[in-house]
Amino acid sequence: MIFVSKKIAKKASGWILDGNHAAAQGIKLSRVQVIAAYPITPQSPVTETLSEFVERGELDAEYIAVESEHSALAVCTSASIVGARTFTATSAHGLAYMHEMLHWAAGSRLPVVLVCVNRAMGAPWNVLNDQQDSISQRDTGWIQIYTRNNQEIIDSIIQAYKIAESVYVPVMVCYDGYVLSHTEMPVDVPAQKDVDRFLPPYRPHTILDPANPKNYNLVTLANPRVNAEGVLCHGYMELRYLLQEALQNSRETIIRVGQEFGELFGRSYANMFWENRLDDADVVIVAMGSLAMEAIVAADMLREAGHKVGVLGLRVFRPFPKADVIKALKKSRLVVVFDKNISYGLEGATCSEIKSALYGSSVSAVVRNFIVGLGGRDVKARELVDAVNKSLLSVKEGDLNKEYPEWICDI
Amino acid sequence: MKTNAVNMTEKEYLLPGNRTCPGCALSLAYRHILKALEGRVIVTVPASCLTVLHGMYPVTSVNVPCVNTPFPSTAASATGLVAGLKALGKEGVTVLAIAGDGGTHDIGIQALSAAAERQNDFLYICYDNEGYMNTGNQRSGSTPLGAISGTTPILGKQQNQKDITAIMEAHGIPYVATANASYPLDLYEKVRKAKTIRGTRFIHVFTPCSPGWAFPFSNTIKIGKLAVETGWVILYEVEDGIFRLTSASESIAKRDNLRPLREYLMEQGRFKNITEEQINELQGWVNTRWKRCLDRAVNL
Repeated sequence: MIFVSKKIAKKASGWILDGNHAAAQGIKLSRVQVIAAYPITPQSPVTETLSEFVERGELDAEYIAVESEHSALAVCTSASIVGARTFTATSAHGLAYMHEMLHWAAGSRLPVVLVCVNRAMGAPWNVLNDQQDSISQRDTGWIQIYTRNNQEIIDSIIQAYKIAESVYVPVMVCYDGYVLSHTEMPVDVPAQKDVDRFLPPYRPHTILDPANPKNYNLVTLANPRVNAEGVLCHGYMELRYLLQEALQNSRETIIRVGQEFGELFGRSYANMFWENRLDDADVVIVAMGSLAMEAIVAADMLREAGHKVGVLGLRVFRPFPKADVIKALKKSRLVVVFDKNISYGLEGATCSEIKSALYGSSVSAVVRNFIVGLGGRDVKARELVDAVNKSLLSVKEGDLNKEYPEWICDI
Repeated sequence: MKTNAVNMTEKEYLLPGNRTCPGCALSLAYRHILKALEGRVIVTVPASCLTVLHGMYPVTSVNVPCVNTPFPSTAASATGLVAGLKALGKEGVTVLAIAGDGGTHDIGIQALSAAAERQNDFLYICYDNEGYMNTGNQRSGSTPLGAISGTTPILGKQQNQKDITAIMEAHGIPYVATANASYPLDLYEKVRKAKTIRGTRFIHVFTPCSPGWAFPFSNTIKIGKLAVETGWVILYEVEDGIFRLTSASESIAKRDNLRPLREYLMEQGRFKNITEEQINELQGWVNTRWKRCLDRAVNL
């Protein structure tokens, strides 16, 4: 009984789990067949718990303790190519080290699911939370789902396999390090038989098999080329188009899967983002991950002060839900975007995406951007309130555009 | 029955008309490797000359299933293939990881060392043309002292190669062997044997490169043989710690007729600027290693 997890305490109505243990439960329920991972804070408890499940015989999977994150994802892509359901988890530098393989997994159209426990990037060293790590990987062709609490972590992982295996695009489920990964909260853990009903076994689009020899990921020229039978086949450019098309079209699948999940488990995810009192809001706070929960507290405080404030909590960052965002923001005159990341030399990534979505639309709201919470810097609801008030004031004074984001820090 | 050129399977898995250079030793070695595996194989290949050999989408010259994988990840990819097959209960297929010396000695060694330590069940073959030949002949961890390359263009390389087979043997894996494209039957037998062993198996195959080493492409076999006859390459296998010289290296040892290394070096343009001092240093390196092999061999 040496390896008994101390974090798992069953309660009558559910479980009390931290984010990492919620993730591990989601992976187990998804009947993953091959797991490969490398230790990194704050992700390590996810894979420790999974190795415990495997050693106890509670999860029938191959667990590969690799020597690097690059190898972790290489194991997953190759295991996926022969038809296995695969999983890896990482954070920050581990995700950066995987960068090449992230492209490879998406380019191969393999439905790998990865958990990124969001952590700041060095240098200097920092093990605490922000979202610079996963945002830096936004152009690798993965679907990115961000979660606000531990219930969303377990639910999103189970949905991630169904989405990935429907559209053949890998899915990254992201949650904030420590804020969620090491914070316990009540979680309803679905029953295995219900998850089995929701998530059918993985059916690969291609399987490497000596009975039917195929070469996967050969050198591919930019232009289409004929095969031995004289049939014109896609060039590199066409394959890239198909990946973009798959992400564009995945919105429908993400919403359908989220709705099906809701029908079975009573928690609907038929959305690309969480809406909080947007109906009458002329001021909208945009945030992603656990910060979107903090934003609701801030909105409450602002409502008490007489402002019509709503919250748009981004759930799916890729594909970015442009049309939905325009619709949701159509009544807004001020949008305040809080980013736990920055594209150096420009602004927070979420802010750029919001602006890009609004360009050419009928929404002419002023967009303000605040960089917050980098390297685990605590973000208080009070600070979000102050930022919104500051923005309202400056807009009133005619300051409509700011070239660069404002920072909530001591400089 | 011992395999010979007459009774070896006629079935070809490497089809005629591939994209390798004239006189490519890799092409010859790969042909015999695949014959030895009889098609019951899934191959993983990183960036390398072998990627070129495999062809360009949607046409391939190889009749076995293959996945291309990024440069550092050959052994990790093989680990994934093995894990996936095991998870799905599929048996009877050899997973073959095959990479060049750049992909093995240099960028791939981390993943390879880790897989060997984990004893993952696949056959890893390093085909060694002693440089980054696919990218136009830059120096690698396997380029010899004194050799001119794209990144040692005037002075030649100032360090000798690392002994990758010894490094792999130090992992305590059940089978390591060296082979040479000029001795296809020896290579064939070693792959056949490796196929039957469980755990990580490593074969280091010497594959002379005509354009990279600057010798006429009609001389590939000759260069490969000279390498063995001078002791630059020693053909051996280590099975569960038991060391045996094989093929030509065994007969050379028995007859004690190792030729001077100079004869091998002088056939190649890449050594045109090598100094007498460097030749002596290389000869000393060969002598030491040869003596160590003679001491270890149980079949002399």
